[in-house]
Amino acid sequence: MRAGRIAPGFIVTAAIMVGVALGVPRVVDEFGLLQLTVFAAMCILALSLGVVWGYGGILCFGQSAFFGLGAYAYAVTAVNLGESTVAVLVAIALPAAFAALLGYFMFYGRLSDVYLGVITLSVTLIFFNLVNSTAGDAYRIGKARLNGFNGMPSLPTLNVPGDPGRLLDPTETFYVVMALLVLVYLGLHALLATRFGRVVVAIRENETRCELLGYDVRLHKLLIFTVGGGIAGLAGSLFANWGAFVSPTVFSLGMTSQIIIWVIVGGLGTLLGPIIGCLIMQYLATTLGTQQIANTSLIFGAIFLAFVLLVPRGLVPSLVALGARFPGPARSRRLEPGP
Amino acid sequence: MSAALLQTVDLSIRFGGVEAVRGVNLTLAERELRCLIGPNGAGKSTLFKMLTGQLKPTAGRIVFRGQDITGDHTHLIARRGIGIKTQVPSLFDGLTVREHLWLSARRTNAAPRARQVAEEILERVGLGAVAEQVTGRLAHGQRQWVELGTVLAGNPELILLDEPAAGMTHDEVARTAELVREINRTHALIVVEHDMQFVKMIARMVTVMHQGAVLVEDTMDRILKDSSVRDVYLGKHGGG
Repeated sequence: MRAGRIAPGFIVTAAIMVGVALGVPRVVDEFGLLQLTVFAAMCILALSLGVVWGYGGILCFGQSAFFGLGAYAYAVTAVNLGESTVAVLVAIALPAAFAALLGYFMFYGRLSDVYLGVITLSVTLIFFNLVNSTAGDAYRIGKARLNGFNGMPSLPTLNVPGDPGRLLDPTETFYVVMALLVLVYLGLHALLATRFGRVVVAIRENETRCELLGYDVRLHKLLIFTVGGGIAGLAGSLFANWGAFVSPTVFSLGMTSQIIIWVIVGGLGTLLGPIIGCLIMQYLATTLGTQQIANTSLIFGAIFLAFVLLVPRGLVPSLVALGARFPGPARSRRLEPGP
Repeated sequence: MSAALLQTVDLSIRFGGVEAVRGVNLTLAERELRCLIGPNGAGKSTLFKMLTGQLKPTAGRIVFRGQDITGDHTHLIARRGIGIKTQVPSLFDGLTVREHLWLSARRTNAAPRARQVAEEILERVGLGAVAEQVTGRLAHGQRQWVELGTVLAGNPELILLDEPAAGMTHDEVARTAELVREINRTHALIVVEHDMQFVKMIARMVTVMHQGAVLVEDTMDRILKDSSVRDVYLGKHGGG
């Protein structure tokens, strides 16, 4: 085992992402580009749960809480400052801080997985109800009116850092979001290759053994949960920026269950899995949304059930396992991060 | 403070109406090898769980290297230098043998040194042939050794072994006894074991527990002749 070794599959994946980022704007029209931009933002969100759940083993059913907080933090800050750079940073920092606070109570309070799921789900639904009931002029932060269930329209979109007057056009925005996706993917891969990352994986495998070896399980869980919160917040800011709009649905049950479905479909314990799962499901949602034959939620539910029953490990790990049937050395289950 | 490495003072734990461990006073010197025997339910594993912080004693104190560690968190006790091989091997089933050793050594060592330690332990415990295997697929005896090696890689001053020879063949038992004696040259050990053949191979001082309390503490030879010990323990096994 060599610390910091970079898996070949990972380089290929990163290269493909860069290739897509550079090639797509040449072949896709503006509408398609907008679609792909939001897909990429959602891929970042999928990665955030992918690392918290798939590597950290933390069953977070309320990842949308951090996503929504990021979206609203971006909206409120951008409206007040009239520019986007600080707003994006706030959208990362605030959800990360909130994740740290929530995580502190959960992990240092020694809550078991089931309670963790219930609590995180409750938290996002509380946010949903809370923000829903902020209609009226009384609910404003600085210049920003929260507007309850109507949401906040006409948000300032991304501008060139330091130059609020120079807004990014759709192609530039696509480049930025894709760059952030690659950066998050690279960053998580690097993080998982450190001692910290390996201990996080070991904790998922056997928490008690980690403690008996002298590793502070609570602290490691708290840190990976905080990282996940920050990344979800970044995704939230990009989502709010994409539509120049944010509404309480970012905290909704539908939103949070979508993220779980992406990760289940793509596969736990990989970074590529959540991205693939997110792309497939987002594409399906877009396609199904334009027809009236069947209810999208119903189809999503069916897909979710089918995967839980038939492909419980998800697409990417199942394909990797299929590949591993061919002769080759027995491999470890990802102490070294996979693709 | 005395030269004792570990000292428990009136250590007790109660689960509801049951006092699983009652007023245990145990003193262990540096690099001592102590065998802890007693019938099932005598409180041996519970005592280990208190020593490693997995259970909080309801009364009494644990002093390790002159410092009171009673009620300290498990990972802090591990950092102070107490390692344990649990009764049922507690491993990372999806990780390889080498990764286990690396992970344990890596807590206190930089990455290159941790790799070196892992190689040394592979050699020492004799796991080189299965270094790249995931431990979930290994046989029980090998899993016991992996756990022992993992504990060793962390280089704790005191190693607790809970039934290290359980489920092993006769040859494996002999090899494990040899390994334990070898480890004892540099580490203190407390070994819980039911296999009296194994205990005879390694033991000098033996502590016998019965119904949560220390029944008797003496050398192996005298323990074997002790009629009270025979009554509560050895008798049931037909003399081992």
